[in-house]
Amino acid sequence: MTTTYAVLSEGLEKRFGEVRALRGLDLAVPRGTVCGVLGPNGAGKTTAVRLLTTLLRPDAGSARVAGHDLVREAAAVRRAIGVTGQYASVDGDLTGRQNLRLFARLHRMRAPNERAAELLERFGLTEAADRPASTYSGGMRRRLDLAASLVRRPEILFLDEPTTGLDPASRGAIWDAVRELKQDGTTVLLTTQYLEEADQLADDIALVDRGLVAHTGSPAQFKAVIGTYVEVVVADPEVLVEAAGVLDRLTGGQPTFDHERGAVGAVTRDTTLTLPRLVRELDAAGVPLLDASIEPPTLDDVFLRLTAEQEQEVAA
Amino acid sequence: MSTLAFDGTAMLGRQLLRVRNNPALVILTQTMPISMLLFFGYVFGSALAMPGAEYRSFLVPGLLVATAANGIMTGMFQAAQDVHRGVTDRLRTLPVSRAAVPVGQAAADVLVTAVGTVPFLLVGLAVGWRIEGSALEAVAAVGLLLLFRFACTWAGIFLGLLTRSEEAAGQLGSATFMLPLLSNAYIPTDNLPGWLRTIAEWNPISALTTALRELFGNAPVPEGAAWPVAHPVAGALAWCAVLLAVFVPLGVRRYARGEG
Repeated sequence: MTTTYAVLSEGLEKRFGEVRALRGLDLAVPRGTVCGVLGPNGAGKTTAVRLLTTLLRPDAGSARVAGHDLVREAAAVRRAIGVTGQYASVDGDLTGRQNLRLFARLHRMRAPNERAAELLERFGLTEAADRPASTYSGGMRRRLDLAASLVRRPEILFLDEPTTGLDPASRGAIWDAVRELKQDGTTVLLTTQYLEEADQLADDIALVDRGLVAHTGSPAQFKAVIGTYVEVVVADPEVLVEAAGVLDRLTGGQPTFDHERGAVGAVTRDTTLTLPRLVRELDAAGVPLLDASIEPPTLDDVFLRLTAEQEQEVAA
Repeated sequence: MSTLAFDGTAMLGRQLLRVRNNPALVILTQTMPISMLLFFGYVFGSALAMPGAEYRSFLVPGLLVATAANGIMTGMFQAAQDVHRGVTDRLRTLPVSRAAVPVGQAAADVLVTAVGTVPFLLVGLAVGWRIEGSALEAVAAVGLLLLFRFACTWAGIFLGLLTRSEEAAGQLGSATFMLPLLSNAYIPTDNLPGWLRTIAEWNPISALTTALRELFGNAPVPEGAAWPVAHPVAGALAWCAVLLAVFVPLGVRRYARGEG
């Protein structure tokens, strides 16, 4: 059965005792796209993934994953998905190769040994293949986890905080793998606490807050909501006012001063403003610079802004 | 059913690989009953009215059953460890038969126990234990022992999935050590006060131990015992059937349902 959406959930609810982890989650992930589920700790991201991967049963609501009903056709859902998360892990007492061979066998693959070797090669684990997985570094372990969920190419891959706690090189390797999968047409749903990660990988972002999708949009839309923070540090305090004038003209934002550091900053929603242009304009105005930066907003910024807006709406 | 057989075999293979990767752990586990045989056999054996060699023959079946009862602890520990490490959840997201994981674990445990019993029995032979009945009865004794181990492991798997705590499994280790003390595994129950004797003889370990003693021909069935000990083979089979009937469905259901 073909449908437009790889994942489509309506009003998913899950309660753990007194805690309402999900309060009616609506999520629509078109086939072949990467969806970033963004939110702070405790927002319900992991619960959402656990529900959508059949590890938990919803208390209310419904969802179709790969066109199959999550509860009634759980076995069909499991055939279509791959999962990697802090809770869905490989066996540390087995070597990397033994783990992948086991999963290939459970997937009824004809040549489990070859498939294992292929994946070990692809994720740079050939050298460590015959060591117990418990001896792997955090990054290697995460790559093995990812390989394990790709043993038989899934239609939909769920990644729960795939790079939390990883060093930049390992994070880059995971990001590259996600991009490759997307090119092959795999739908990816990944949860993350980092706006940057969602920005790098996702076509669409769903911001989750207290068990609900609070906001959806493209990464650019998200960044536009909050704007980019532009800051320049000048060599001479005398020219701070001139610098502020240039910033005011370029950003249209209200400049704020940090006299101690000799810095002035402003927020802009103009996504076309680049660092070279900023430096040229300041140079032309005769402002001697020590430093200049254009900082994308952090998840904290976006989150505070969007949830504050919601609370205002509720109050109004 | 073929799905269960295939997946169960794969899961059994996984457990055996773990043993192969970590042989020290298994060897250490198997040395425990051997040292107990030597300590109890010679230390307690010297203080009991029964002659030493006779006591050691009496002790071998008791220790076999007591060791088999440890399946509760190992089953629980492994199941809890798998949950804790996320292996259970990874397997639960795969299109794998729901019963295959616990079945594979319990079957592997029985295999490992069967192999581990060999050195123990060799030491038993060295200290005077003998198979005094027929070969067929001896085979039946071993079969009964492994059936009991299988049932105990299932109880452990259920408890492990329920508590999800490796620490709790460790604590249970002390409890399973006590269990054979209140049975006829290490001492005859004939001289216990009436009420205590009844409790001890309704302990599943007593029925199993008596059945093994009878089948190996090591000691006669005691007079005036409670039903499971008076009819040891039927009693032992009944206990195994009860344990399996309770814990196999509970374990499979718990595994399939997860924590939610």
